[in-house]
Amino acid sequence: MTFLATSFLHKQALIDSLYIVAFSLFIFGLSRLTGPRTAVNGNKIAAVGMAIAVVATLLEPGVLDGSAPWLIALGLGLGTAVGIPAALNVKMTQMPQMVALFNGVGGGAVALIAWVEFRHGFQLGPHAGGDWPLRVEIPSLFAAIVGSVSFWGSNIAFGKLQEILPGKPIKLPGQSVINAVLLAICTITAIILCAGTHSQVLFFFGILVAAAVLGNMVVLPIGGADMPVVISLLNAFTGLSAAATGVALNNTALIVAGMIVGASGSILTNLMAKAMNRSVPAIIAGGFGGAVAAPVGAAGQDGGTVRSTSAQDVAIQLSYARLVVIAPGYGMAVAQAQHAVRELERALEAKGVEVKYAIHPVAGRMPGHMNVLLAEADVPYDLLREMDDINPEFSRTDVTLVIGANDVTNPAAKNEPGSPIYGMPILEVDKSKAVIVLKRSMASGFAGIDNPLFYGPKTELLFGDAKASVSAITSEVQAL
Amino acid sequence: MSIVTDIAILVLAAFVGFEVISKVPNTLHTPLMSGTNAIHGIVVLGGLLLMHIASGVLEHVLLVIAVMFGTINVIGGFLVTDRMLAMFKRKPEPVGEAAPKAAVEEGEAE
Repeated sequence: MTFLATSFLHKQALIDSLYIVAFSLFIFGLSRLTGPRTAVNGNKIAAVGMAIAVVATLLEPGVLDGSAPWLIALGLGLGTAVGIPAALNVKMTQMPQMVALFNGVGGGAVALIAWVEFRHGFQLGPHAGGDWPLRVEIPSLFAAIVGSVSFWGSNIAFGKLQEILPGKPIKLPGQSVINAVLLAICTITAIILCAGTHSQVLFFFGILVAAAVLGNMVVLPIGGADMPVVISLLNAFTGLSAAATGVALNNTALIVAGMIVGASGSILTNLMAKAMNRSVPAIIAGGFGGAVAAPVGAAGQDGGTVRSTSAQDVAIQLSYARLVVIAPGYGMAVAQAQHAVRELERALEAKGVEVKYAIHPVAGRMPGHMNVLLAEADVPYDLLREMDDINPEFSRTDVTLVIGANDVTNPAAKNEPGSPIYGMPILEVDKSKAVIVLKRSMASGFAGIDNPLFYGPKTELLFGDAKASVSAITSEVQAL
Repeated sequence: MSIVTDIAILVLAAFVGFEVISKVPNTLHTPLMSGTNAIHGIVVLGGLLLMHIASGVLEHVLLVIAVMFGTINVIGGFLVTDRMLAMFKRKPEPVGEAAPKAAVEEGEAE
Protein backbone atom coordinates (compact mmCIF):
# COMPACT_ATOMS: atom_id res chain seq x y z
CA MET A 1 0.00 0.00 0.00
CA THR A 2 2.68 2.42 1.05
CA PHE A 3 4.70 1.53 -2.00
CA LEU A 4 1.71 2.09 -4.26
CA ALA A 5 0.97 5.40 -2.63
CA THR A 6 4.52 6.69 -3.01
CA SER A 7 4.82 5.54 -6.60
CA PHE A 8 1.53 7.25 -7.27
CA LEU A 9 2.88 10.41 -5.68
CA HIS A 10 6.04 10.20 -7.75
CA LYS A 11 4.05 9.79 -10.89
CA GLN A 12 1.86 12.75 -10.06
CA ALA A 13 4.96 14.82 -9.33
CA LEU A 14 6.39 13.82 -12.70
CA ILE A 15 3.17 14.77 -14.47
CA ASP A 16 3.01 18.11 -12.68
CA SER A 17 6.64 18.85 -13.54
CA LEU A 18 5.99 18.03 -17.17
CA TYR A 19 3.08 20.46 -17.18
CA ILE A 20 5.33 23.15 -15.75
CA VAL A 21 7.97 22.45 -18.39
CA ALA A 22 5.26 22.57 -21.06
CA PHE A 23 3.88 25.95 -20.13
CA SER A 24 7.34 27.40 -19.58
CA LEU A 25 8.11 26.39 -23.16
CA PHE A 26 4.88 28.08 -24.33
CA ILE A 27 5.87 31.33 -22.64
CA PHE A 28 9.46 31.17 -23.85
CA GLY A 29 8.40 30.22 -27.38
CA LEU A 30 5.84 32.97 -27.50
CA SER A 31 8.32 35.60 -26.38
CA ARG A 32 10.66 34.48 -29.16
CA LEU A 33 7.80 34.68 -31.66
CA THR A 34 7.81 38.45 -31.22
CA GLY A 35 11.23 38.94 -32.86
CA PRO A 36 11.86 38.33 -36.57
CA ARG A 37 15.09 36.43 -36.05
CA THR A 38 13.97 34.21 -33.20
CA ALA A 39 10.43 33.57 -34.43
CA VAL A 40 10.96 30.29 -36.31
CA ASN A 41 12.68 28.88 -33.31
CA GLY A 42 10.00 30.20 -30.96
CA ASN A 43 7.25 28.43 -32.85
CA LYS A 44 9.14 25.13 -32.65
CA ILE A 45 9.73 25.58 -28.93
CA ALA A 46 6.02 26.10 -28.35
CA ALA A 47 5.27 22.99 -30.42
CA VAL A 48 7.64 20.94 -28.25
CA GLY A 49 5.83 22.31 -25.20
CA MET A 50 2.57 21.05 -26.67
CA ALA A 51 3.97 17.57 -27.26
CA ILE A 52 5.16 17.44 -23.64
CA ALA A 53 1.75 18.57 -22.37
CA VAL A 54 0.05 15.79 -24.35
CA VAL A 55 2.46 13.16 -23.02
CA ALA A 56 1.94 14.38 -19.45
CA THR A 57 -1.81 14.11 -19.87
CA LEU A 58 -1.59 10.58 -21.21
CA LEU A 59 0.38 9.67 -18.07
CA GLU A 60 -2.43 10.90 -15.80
CA PRO A 61 -4.00 8.06 -13.82
CA GLY A 62 -6.87 6.38 -15.63
CA VAL A 63 -6.48 8.25 -18.90
CA LEU A 64 -5.49 5.12 -20.78
CA ASP A 65 -8.05 2.80 -19.16
CA GLY A 66 -10.47 0.60 -21.07
CA SER A 67 -11.21 1.59 -24.62
CA ALA A 68 -9.90 5.14 -24.11
CA PRO A 69 -6.49 4.58 -25.78
CA TRP A 70 -8.13 3.46 -29.03
CA LEU A 71 -10.56 6.33 -29.10
CA ILE A 72 -7.81 8.80 -28.24
CA ALA A 73 -5.65 7.34 -30.99
CA LEU A 74 -8.61 7.63 -33.38
CA GLY A 75 -9.13 11.30 -32.52
CA LEU A 76 -5.45 12.16 -32.72
CA GLY A 77 -5.09 10.18 -35.95
CA LEU A 78 -8.05 11.84 -37.64
CA GLY A 79 -6.87 15.26 -36.52
CA THR A 80 -3.38 14.63 -37.85
CA ALA A 81 -4.71 13.25 -41.12
CA VAL A 82 -6.82 16.36 -41.66
CA GLY A 83 -4.48 18.95 -40.16
CA ILE A 84 -1.18 18.17 -41.87
CA PRO A 85 -2.36 18.20 -45.51
CA ALA A 86 -4.54 21.25 -44.85
CA ALA A 87 -1.60 23.17 -43.39
CA LEU A 88 0.89 22.09 -46.04
CA ASN A 89 -1.31 22.69 -49.06
CA VAL A 90 -2.88 26.00 -48.20
CA LYS A 91 -1.60 28.85 -50.34
CA MET A 92 0.04 31.81 -48.66
CA THR A 93 -2.79 33.99 -49.94
CA GLN A 94 -5.34 31.84 -48.15
CA MET A 95 -3.56 31.91 -44.81
CA PRO A 96 -6.03 34.23 -43.06
CA GLN A 97 -9.01 31.97 -43.66
CA MET A 98 -6.96 28.91 -42.69
CA VAL A 99 -6.14 30.54 -39.36
CA ALA A 100 -9.84 31.31 -38.95
CA LEU A 101 -10.68 27.67 -39.59
CA PHE A 102 -8.08 26.35 -37.15
CA ASN A 103 -9.37 28.78 -34.56
CA GLY A 104 -12.91 27.60 -35.21
CA VAL A 105 -12.15 23.94 -34.61
CA GLY A 106 -10.37 24.92 -31.39
CA GLY A 107 -13.52 26.68 -30.21
CA GLY A 108 -15.58 23.68 -31.33
CA ALA A 109 -13.41 21.36 -29.26
CA VAL A 110 -13.94 23.57 -26.20
CA ALA A 111 -17.72 23.53 -26.65
CA LEU A 112 -17.85 19.75 -27.17
CA ILE A 113 -15.76 19.13 -24.08
CA ALA A 114 -18.04 21.40 -22.07
CA TRP A 115 -21.00 19.42 -23.37
CA VAL A 116 -19.53 16.14 -22.12
CA GLU A 117 -18.67 17.72 -18.78
CA PHE A 118 -22.22 18.95 -18.50
CA ARG A 119 -23.63 15.48 -19.15
CA HIS A 120 -21.42 14.16 -16.41
CA GLY A 121 -22.01 16.90 -13.96
CA PHE A 122 -25.74 16.55 -14.11
CA GLN A 123 -26.61 13.08 -15.14
CA LEU A 124 -23.82 10.72 -14.42
CA GLY A 125 -21.60 12.42 -11.91
CA PRO A 126 -21.06 11.34 -8.33
CA HIS A 127 -23.99 13.51 -7.33
CA ALA A 128 -26.37 12.34 -10.03
CA GLY A 129 -29.47 14.42 -9.94
CA GLY A 130 -27.99 17.83 -10.46
CA ASP A 131 -25.47 18.74 -7.82
CA TRP A 132 -22.67 19.94 -10.02
CA PRO A 133 -20.03 21.78 -8.00
CA LEU A 134 -20.08 25.44 -8.98
CA ARG A 135 -16.33 25.60 -9.44
CA VAL A 136 -16.73 23.16 -12.32
CA GLU A 137 -20.13 24.30 -13.47
CA ILE A 138 -19.43 28.00 -13.95
CA PRO A 139 -16.23 27.64 -16.01
CA SER A 140 -17.82 24.82 -18.03
CA LEU A 141 -20.82 26.90 -18.96
CA PHE A 142 -18.56 29.85 -19.76
CA ALA A 143 -16.47 27.56 -21.99
CA ALA A 144 -19.63 26.24 -23.68
CA ILE A 145 -20.84 29.74 -24.52
CA VAL A 146 -17.55 31.29 -25.58
CA GLY A 147 -16.35 28.16 -27.37
CA SER A 148 -19.41 27.92 -29.55
CA VAL A 149 -19.46 31.66 -30.28
CA SER A 150 -15.86 31.25 -31.41
CA PHE A 151 -16.64 28.15 -33.48
CA TRP A 152 -19.51 29.69 -35.40
CA GLY A 153 -17.95 33.11 -35.66
CA SER A 154 -14.74 31.69 -37.08
CA ASN A 155 -16.66 29.66 -39.63
CA ILE A 156 -18.43 32.79 -40.82
CA ALA A 157 -15.09 34.62 -40.97
CA PHE A 158 -13.71 31.75 -43.02
CA GLY A 159 -16.72 31.87 -45.33
CA LYS A 160 -16.28 35.57 -45.88
CA LEU A 161 -12.56 35.42 -46.56
CA GLN A 162 -12.95 32.41 -48.84
CA GLU A 163 -15.69 34.37 -50.56
CA ILE A 164 -18.26 31.64 -50.02
CA LEU A 165 -20.23 34.33 -48.22
CA PRO A 166 -20.34 37.91 -49.45
CA GLY A 167 -17.54 40.00 -47.94
CA LYS A 168 -19.89 42.92 -47.50
CA PRO A 169 -21.64 43.32 -44.19
CA ILE A 170 -24.93 41.45 -43.88
CA LYS A 171 -27.14 43.50 -41.64
CA LEU A 172 -30.45 42.87 -39.99
CA PRO A 173 -32.54 45.62 -38.46
CA GLY A 174 -32.01 45.86 -34.72
CA GLN A 175 -28.86 43.78 -34.93
CA SER A 176 -27.26 44.99 -31.73
CA VAL A 177 -30.50 44.56 -29.78
CA ILE A 178 -30.80 40.98 -31.01
CA ASN A 179 -27.18 40.32 -30.04
CA ALA A 180 -27.71 41.76 -26.58
CA VAL A 181 -30.81 39.60 -26.15
CA LEU A 182 -28.93 36.49 -27.26
CA LEU A 183 -26.11 37.22 -24.86
CA ALA A 184 -28.66 37.78 -22.08
CA ILE A 185 -30.33 34.45 -22.92
CA CYS A 186 -26.97 32.68 -22.64
CA THR A 187 -26.11 34.34 -19.35
CA ILE A 188 -29.52 33.95 -17.71
CA THR A 189 -29.83 30.34 -18.78
CA ALA A 190 -26.39 29.68 -17.36
CA ILE A 191 -27.41 31.27 -14.07
CA ILE A 192 -30.62 29.20 -13.96
CA LEU A 193 -28.56 26.09 -14.58
CA CYS A 194 -26.19 27.02 -11.78
CA ALA A 195 -29.11 27.64 -9.44
CA GLY A 196 -29.90 24.10 -10.21
CA THR A 197 -33.29 22.48 -10.19
CA HIS A 198 -34.59 22.80 -13.72
CA SER A 199 -34.88 20.56 -16.75
CA GLN A 200 -31.19 20.90 -17.39
CA VAL A 201 -30.73 19.25 -20.76
CA LEU A 202 -33.06 21.67 -22.49
CA PHE A 203 -31.43 24.62 -20.83
CA PHE A 204 -27.98 23.47 -21.84
CA PHE A 205 -29.03 23.06 -25.46
CA GLY A 206 -30.63 26.48 -25.20
CA ILE A 207 -27.24 27.87 -24.30
CA LEU A 208 -25.47 26.09 -27.15
CA VAL A 209 -28.05 27.22 -29.71
CA ALA A 210 -28.18 30.82 -28.47
CA ALA A 211 -24.38 31.00 -28.48
CA ALA A 212 -24.26 29.54 -31.99
CA VAL A 213 -26.73 32.11 -33.29
CA LEU A 214 -24.82 34.82 -31.46
CA GLY A 215 -21.54 33.73 -33.09
CA ASN A 216 -23.14 33.97 -36.53
CA MET A 217 -24.86 37.27 -35.80
CA VAL A 218 -21.76 38.95 -34.44
CA VAL A 219 -19.58 38.21 -37.45
CA LEU A 220 -22.08 38.42 -40.32
CA PRO A 221 -22.50 42.22 -40.15
CA ILE A 222 -18.74 42.84 -40.13
CA GLY A 223 -17.14 43.79 -43.43
CA GLY A 224 -14.35 41.74 -44.97
CA ALA A 225 -11.73 44.40 -44.30
CA ASP A 226 -12.17 44.09 -40.56
CA MET A 227 -11.96 40.30 -40.63
CA PRO A 228 -8.33 40.04 -39.41
CA VAL A 229 -9.25 41.91 -36.24
CA VAL A 230 -12.28 39.66 -35.77
CA ILE A 231 -10.21 36.51 -36.20
CA SER A 232 -7.71 37.79 -33.68
CA LEU A 233 -10.53 38.57 -31.26
CA LEU A 234 -12.09 35.12 -31.69
CA ASN A 235 -8.62 33.68 -31.19
CA ALA A 236 -8.45 35.42 -27.81
CA PHE A 237 -11.96 34.13 -27.02
CA THR A 238 -10.95 30.55 -27.75
CA GLY A 239 -7.94 31.05 -25.49
CA LEU A 240 -10.15 32.27 -22.65
CA SER A 241 -12.57 29.40 -23.08
CA ALA A 242 -9.65 26.95 -23.05
CA ALA A 243 -8.49 28.51 -19.78
CA ALA A 244 -12.02 28.06 -18.40
CA THR A 245 -11.91 24.40 -19.43
CA GLY A 246 -8.64 24.21 -17.52
CA VAL A 247 -10.27 25.58 -14.37
CA ALA A 248 -13.15 23.11 -14.72
CA LEU A 249 -10.76 20.19 -15.20
CA ASN A 250 -8.26 21.53 -12.69
CA ASN A 251 -5.44 21.31 -15.22
CA THR A 252 -2.59 23.80 -14.84
CA ALA A 253 -1.21 23.52 -18.37
CA LEU A 254 -4.64 24.28 -19.84
CA ILE A 255 -5.17 27.24 -17.54
CA VAL A 256 -1.82 28.82 -18.27
CA ALA A 257 -1.75 28.19 -22.02
CA GLY A 258 -5.36 29.24 -22.50
CA MET A 259 -5.01 32.40 -20.46
CA ILE A 260 -1.77 33.44 -22.15
CA VAL A 261 -3.50 33.16 -25.51
CA GLY A 262 -6.51 35.01 -24.14
CA ALA A 263 -4.35 37.88 -22.88
CA SER A 264 -1.90 38.09 -25.77
CA GLY A 265 -4.74 37.68 -28.24
CA SER A 266 -6.54 40.68 -26.75
CA ILE A 267 -3.38 42.80 -26.99
CA LEU A 268 -2.80 41.66 -30.56
CA THR A 269 -6.40 42.48 -31.45
CA ASN A 270 -5.89 45.98 -30.12
CA LEU A 271 -2.62 46.44 -32.00
CA MET A 272 -4.27 45.36 -35.23
CA ALA A 273 -7.27 47.57 -34.74
CA LYS A 274 -4.93 50.47 -34.01
CA ALA A 275 -3.03 49.85 -37.24
CA MET A 276 -6.33 50.35 -39.06
CA ASN A 277 -7.37 53.22 -36.84
CA ARG A 278 -10.44 51.29 -35.79
CA SER A 279 -11.66 50.55 -32.32
CA VAL A 280 -12.66 47.05 -31.37
CA PRO A 281 -16.12 48.02 -30.07
CA ALA A 282 -16.80 49.90 -33.32
CA ILE A 283 -15.87 46.81 -35.31
CA ILE A 284 -18.08 44.56 -33.22
CA ALA A 285 -20.94 47.04 -33.55
CA GLY A 286 -20.47 46.27 -37.25
CA GLY A 287 -21.42 48.23 -40.27
CA PHE A 288 -17.99 48.93 -41.71
CA GLY A 289 -18.79 49.45 -45.36
CA GLY A 290 -22.45 49.52 -44.48
CA ALA A 291 -22.56 53.15 -45.61
CA VAL A 292 -21.37 52.17 -49.07
CA ALA A 293 -24.24 53.87 -50.79
CA ALA A 294 -23.15 57.42 -49.96
CA PRO A 295 -19.54 57.38 -51.14
CA VAL A 296 -20.45 55.49 -54.30
CA GLY A 297 -22.92 58.20 -55.15
CA ALA A 298 -20.31 60.86 -54.43
CA ALA A 299 -17.81 59.22 -56.73
CA GLY A 300 -20.45 58.96 -59.38
CA GLN A 301 -20.77 62.73 -59.25
CA ASP A 302 -17.06 63.05 -59.93
CA GLY A 303 -18.12 61.98 -63.39
CA GLY A 304 -16.32 58.69 -63.12
CA THR A 305 -13.75 59.84 -65.64
CA VAL A 306 -11.29 57.05 -65.60
CA ARG A 307 -8.29 57.16 -67.87
CA SER A 308 -7.02 53.81 -68.99
CA THR A 309 -3.58 53.19 -70.36
CA SER A 310 -1.53 50.47 -72.05
CA ALA A 311 1.33 48.32 -70.89
CA GLN A 312 3.64 50.04 -73.34
CA ASP A 313 2.88 53.50 -71.99
CA VAL A 314 3.37 52.30 -68.46
CA ALA A 315 6.71 50.76 -69.42
CA ILE A 316 7.93 54.05 -70.88
CA GLN A 317 6.80 56.02 -67.82
CA LEU A 318 8.49 53.57 -65.49
CA SER A 319 11.73 53.32 -67.43
CA TYR A 320 12.33 57.05 -67.39
CA ALA A 321 11.44 57.49 -63.75
CA ARG A 322 14.01 57.98 -61.04
CA LEU A 323 11.99 56.57 -58.18
CA VAL A 324 9.19 54.05 -58.60
CA VAL A 325 7.15 52.90 -55.63
CA ILE A 326 5.14 49.69 -55.87
CA ALA A 327 2.09 49.52 -53.62
CA PRO A 328 0.94 45.90 -53.61
CA GLY A 329 -2.40 44.75 -52.27
CA TYR A 330 -4.46 41.64 -51.96
CA GLY A 331 -5.25 41.72 -55.70
CA MET A 332 -1.58 41.08 -56.43
CA ALA A 333 -1.64 38.12 -54.10
CA VAL A 334 -4.80 36.68 -55.61
CA ALA A 335 -3.31 36.91 -59.10
CA GLN A 336 -0.14 35.23 -57.76
CA ALA A 337 1.70 38.14 -59.33
CA GLN A 338 4.42 38.56 -56.70
CA HIS A 339 7.06 36.79 -58.81
CA ALA A 340 6.13 38.80 -61.89
CA VAL A 341 6.36 41.98 -59.79
CA ARG A 342 9.78 40.94 -58.57
CA GLU A 343 10.92 40.56 -62.19
CA LEU A 344 9.58 43.95 -63.13
CA GLU A 345 11.45 45.42 -60.20
CA ARG A 346 14.69 43.83 -61.44
CA ALA A 347 14.14 44.97 -65.01
CA LEU A 348 13.67 48.51 -63.75
CA GLU A 349 16.69 48.32 -61.47
CA ALA A 350 18.71 47.16 -64.46
CA LYS A 351 17.77 50.46 -66.09
CA GLY A 352 18.93 52.38 -63.05
CA VAL A 353 15.48 53.07 -61.64
CA GLU A 354 15.18 53.02 -57.89
CA VAL A 355 12.31 50.76 -56.80
CA LYS A 356 10.72 50.52 -53.39
CA TYR A 357 7.72 48.65 -52.05
CA ALA A 358 5.20 50.46 -49.90
CA ILE A 359 3.66 48.11 -47.38
CA HIS A 360 0.53 49.20 -45.60
CA PRO A 361 0.24 47.58 -42.18
CA VAL A 362 -2.92 45.79 -43.22
CA ALA A 363 -2.10 45.23 -46.89
CA GLY A 364 -3.35 41.83 -47.87
CA ARG A 365 -5.88 40.68 -45.38
CA MET A 366 -3.88 40.56 -42.22
CA PRO A 367 -1.11 42.67 -40.79
CA GLY A 368 2.17 41.34 -42.10
CA HIS A 369 0.46 39.23 -44.76
CA MET A 370 2.04 41.20 -47.62
CA ASN A 371 5.55 40.84 -46.19
CA VAL A 372 5.07 37.09 -46.18
CA LEU A 373 3.90 37.07 -49.79
CA LEU A 374 6.74 39.26 -51.05
CA ALA A 375 9.32 37.31 -49.08
CA GLU A 376 7.98 34.24 -50.86
CA ALA A 377 8.95 35.91 -54.15
CA ASP A 378 12.46 36.67 -52.84
CA VAL A 379 11.96 40.40 -52.68
CA PRO A 380 14.84 41.71 -50.53
CA TYR A 381 13.66 42.75 -47.12
CA ASP A 382 15.37 46.16 -47.32
CA LEU A 383 13.23 47.23 -50.29
CA LEU A 384 10.07 46.93 -48.22
CA ARG A 385 9.08 50.19 -46.60
CA GLU A 386 6.46 50.50 -43.93
CA MET A 387 3.75 53.09 -44.31
CA ASP A 388 5.25 55.71 -42.01
CA ASP A 389 8.61 55.51 -43.76
CA ILE A 390 7.32 55.66 -47.31
CA ASN A 391 4.62 58.31 -46.97
CA PRO A 392 7.07 61.27 -46.83
CA GLU A 393 8.76 59.88 -49.95
CA PHE A 394 5.71 59.94 -52.21
CA SER A 395 6.22 63.62 -53.01
CA ARG A 396 9.52 62.77 -54.71
CA THR A 397 8.18 59.62 -56.33
CA ASP A 398 7.83 59.79 -60.10
CA VAL A 399 5.47 56.87 -60.57
CA THR A 400 3.56 54.84 -58.04
CA LEU A 401 2.40 51.48 -59.28
CA VAL A 402 -0.65 50.31 -57.35
CA ILE A 403 -1.07 46.59 -57.92
CA GLY A 404 -4.34 45.18 -56.69
CA ALA A 405 -4.46 47.50 -53.70
CA ASN A 406 -7.50 49.62 -53.15
CA ASP A 407 -8.76 50.58 -49.72
CA VAL A 408 -5.28 51.19 -48.30
CA THR A 409 -4.67 53.84 -50.96
CA ASN A 410 -8.08 55.47 -50.74
CA PRO A 411 -7.67 59.24 -50.19
CA ALA A 412 -11.26 59.34 -48.90
CA ALA A 413 -9.79 58.07 -45.63
CA LYS A 414 -8.09 61.47 -45.31
CA ASN A 415 -10.41 63.83 -47.15
CA GLU A 416 -13.99 62.68 -46.68
CA PRO A 417 -15.17 62.73 -43.08
CA GLY A 418 -18.32 60.91 -44.21
CA SER A 419 -16.44 57.92 -45.55
CA PRO A 420 -16.67 54.71 -43.54
CA ILE A 421 -12.89 54.41 -43.61
CA TYR A 422 -12.31 58.03 -42.65
CA GLY A 423 -9.35 58.22 -40.30
CA MET A 424 -7.71 55.00 -41.42
CA PRO A 425 -4.04 55.70 -42.16
CA ILE A 426 -3.35 55.20 -45.86
CA LEU A 427 -0.47 55.08 -48.28
CA GLU A 428 -0.50 58.60 -49.68
CA VAL A 429 0.06 57.48 -53.26
CA ASP A 430 -1.97 60.44 -54.55
CA LYS A 431 0.98 62.67 -53.62
CA SER A 432 3.30 61.12 -56.18
CA LYS A 433 3.72 62.67 -59.62
CA ALA A 434 1.85 59.91 -61.39
CA VAL A 435 -0.17 56.93 -60.26
CA ILE A 436 -0.78 53.81 -62.29
CA VAL A 437 -3.38 51.43 -60.93
CA LEU A 438 -3.46 47.83 -62.07
CA LYS A 439 -6.95 46.49 -61.63
CA ARG A 440 -9.13 43.68 -62.83
CA SER A 441 -12.23 45.82 -63.14
CA MET A 442 -13.86 48.85 -61.62
CA ALA A 443 -15.23 46.83 -58.73
CA SER A 444 -14.78 48.45 -55.33
CA GLY A 445 -12.32 47.10 -52.78
CA PHE A 446 -12.80 44.52 -50.12
CA ALA A 447 -14.35 47.08 -47.80
CA GLY A 448 -16.95 47.79 -50.45
CA ILE A 449 -16.03 51.46 -50.73
CA ASP A 450 -15.41 53.38 -53.92
CA ASN A 451 -11.96 54.93 -54.36
CA PRO A 452 -11.68 58.55 -55.59
CA LEU A 453 -8.01 57.86 -56.38
CA PHE A 454 -9.11 56.15 -59.60
CA TYR A 455 -10.75 59.33 -60.83
CA GLY A 456 -7.81 61.59 -59.93
CA PRO A 457 -6.13 63.72 -62.59
CA LYS A 458 -2.76 62.03 -62.11
CA THR A 459 -4.14 58.52 -62.18
CA GLU A 460 -4.19 56.07 -65.06
CA LEU A 461 -5.62 52.60 -64.94
CA LEU A 462 -4.38 49.46 -66.59
CA PHE A 463 -7.15 46.90 -66.61
CA GLY A 464 -6.55 43.18 -66.64
CA ASP A 465 -5.20 40.32 -64.58
CA ALA A 466 -2.38 41.68 -62.40
CA LYS A 467 0.06 38.93 -63.32
CA ALA A 468 -0.50 39.29 -67.06
CA SER A 469 -0.32 43.10 -66.88
CA VAL A 470 2.91 43.10 -64.90
CA SER A 471 4.50 40.56 -67.23
CA ALA A 472 3.47 42.65 -70.22
CA ILE A 473 5.01 45.77 -68.66
CA THR A 474 8.18 43.86 -67.85
CA SER A 475 8.69 42.67 -71.39
CA GLU A 476 8.04 46.19 -72.70
CA VAL A 477 10.58 47.59 -70.24
CA GLN A 478 13.15 45.03 -71.33
CA ALA A 479 12.48 45.80 -74.99
CA LEU A 480 13.07 49.53 -74.55
CA MET B 1 -5.62 22.36 -6.05
CA SER B 2 -8.07 24.83 -4.64
CA ILE B 3 -10.12 27.13 -6.78
CA VAL B 4 -8.14 30.06 -5.35
CA THR B 5 -4.89 28.56 -6.66
CA ASP B 6 -6.48 28.06 -10.06
CA ILE B 7 -7.62 31.66 -10.19
CA ALA B 8 -4.23 32.90 -9.00
CA ILE B 9 -2.59 30.99 -11.84
CA LEU B 10 -5.18 32.42 -14.21
CA VAL B 11 -4.42 36.00 -13.19
CA LEU B 12 -0.65 35.55 -13.32
CA ALA B 13 -0.88 33.92 -16.74
CA ALA B 14 -2.89 36.89 -17.95
CA PHE B 15 -0.12 39.25 -16.92
CA VAL B 16 2.48 37.07 -18.61
CA GLY B 17 0.41 37.10 -21.78
CA PHE B 18 0.10 40.89 -21.74
CA GLU B 19 3.79 41.33 -21.02
CA VAL B 20 5.06 38.95 -23.69
CA ILE B 21 3.13 40.56 -26.52
CA SER B 22 3.50 44.19 -25.56
CA LYS B 23 5.82 45.04 -28.42
CA VAL B 24 5.65 43.23 -31.74
CA PRO B 25 6.51 44.54 -35.20
CA ASN B 26 3.51 44.68 -37.55
CA THR B 27 5.24 42.20 -39.81
CA LEU B 28 4.91 39.50 -37.21
CA HIS B 29 1.26 40.02 -36.32
CA THR B 30 -0.01 37.31 -38.64
CA PRO B 31 2.49 34.62 -37.63
CA LEU B 32 2.00 35.53 -33.99
CA MET B 33 -1.76 35.25 -34.25
CA SER B 34 -1.32 31.91 -35.92
CA GLY B 35 1.15 30.76 -33.26
CA THR B 36 -1.09 31.68 -30.33
CA ASN B 37 -3.92 30.06 -32.27
CA ALA B 38 -1.98 26.79 -32.27
CA ILE B 39 -1.34 27.05 -28.53
CA HIS B 40 -5.01 27.21 -27.59
CA GLY B 41 -5.36 23.87 -29.34
CA ILE B 42 -4.21 22.65 -25.94
CA VAL B 43 -7.90 22.05 -25.21
CA VAL B 44 -7.15 18.69 -26.76
CA LEU B 45 -5.93 17.78 -23.25
CA GLY B 46 -9.50 18.19 -22.02
CA GLY B 47 -10.65 15.57 -24.51
CA LEU B 48 -7.87 13.21 -23.47
CA LEU B 49 -8.65 13.63 -19.77
CA LEU B 50 -12.37 12.95 -20.14
CA MET B 51 -12.20 10.03 -22.58
CA HIS B 52 -12.00 7.30 -19.93
CA ILE B 53 -14.80 8.84 -17.86
CA ALA B 54 -17.16 9.12 -20.82
CA SER B 55 -20.01 6.66 -21.05
CA GLY B 56 -22.33 5.88 -23.90
CA VAL B 57 -21.90 6.31 -27.61
CA LEU B 58 -22.79 9.99 -27.75
CA GLU B 59 -20.15 11.09 -25.26
CA HIS B 60 -17.48 9.03 -26.93
CA VAL B 61 -18.37 10.43 -30.33
CA LEU B 62 -18.34 13.98 -28.96
CA LEU B 63 -14.94 13.47 -27.38
CA VAL B 64 -13.39 11.82 -30.43
CA ILE B 65 -14.54 14.81 -32.47
CA ALA B 66 -13.22 17.17 -29.80
CA VAL B 67 -9.82 15.44 -29.81
CA MET B 68 -9.80 15.55 -33.60
CA PHE B 69 -10.66 19.26 -33.63
CA GLY B 70 -8.04 20.03 -31.02
CA THR B 71 -5.41 18.07 -32.92
CA ILE B 72 -6.22 19.88 -36.15
CA ASN B 73 -5.91 23.15 -34.26
CA VAL B 74 -2.52 22.24 -32.78
CA ILE B 75 -0.84 20.51 -35.72
CA GLY B 76 -2.29 22.73 -38.41
CA GLY B 77 -1.58 25.85 -36.38
CA PHE B 78 2.07 25.12 -35.74
CA LEU B 79 2.73 23.94 -39.30
CA VAL B 80 1.08 26.97 -40.87
CA THR B 81 3.02 29.29 -38.56
CA ASP B 82 6.23 27.52 -39.46
CA ARG B 83 5.51 27.94 -43.17
CA MET B 84 4.84 31.62 -42.73
CA LEU B 85 7.98 32.18 -40.69
CA ALA B 86 10.10 30.22 -43.17
CA MET B 87 9.42 33.08 -45.58
CA PHE B 88 11.39 35.43 -43.36
CA LYS B 89 14.27 33.08 -42.79
CA ARG B 90 15.78 33.44 -46.25
CA LYS B 91 18.74 35.75 -46.12
CA PRO B 92 19.12 38.49 -48.74
CA GLU B 93 21.60 36.40 -50.76
CA PRO B 94 23.20 37.64 -53.99
CA VAL B 95 20.56 38.34 -56.59
CA GLY B 96 22.09 35.60 -58.72
CA GLU B 97 20.71 32.26 -59.81
CA ALA B 98 18.90 31.02 -56.74
CA ALA B 99 16.01 33.44 -56.88
CA PRO B 100 14.86 33.07 -60.49
CA LYS B 101 15.09 29.31 -60.13
CA ALA B 102 12.77 29.46 -57.16
CA ALA B 103 10.45 31.64 -59.18
CA VAL B 104 10.32 29.12 -61.99
CA GLU B 105 9.56 26.31 -59.60
CA GLU B 106 6.74 28.30 -58.11
CA GLY B 107 5.39 28.96 -61.56
CA GLU B 108 5.35 25.29 -62.38
CA ALA B 109 3.64 24.47 -59.14
CA GLU B 110 0.75 26.68 -60.12
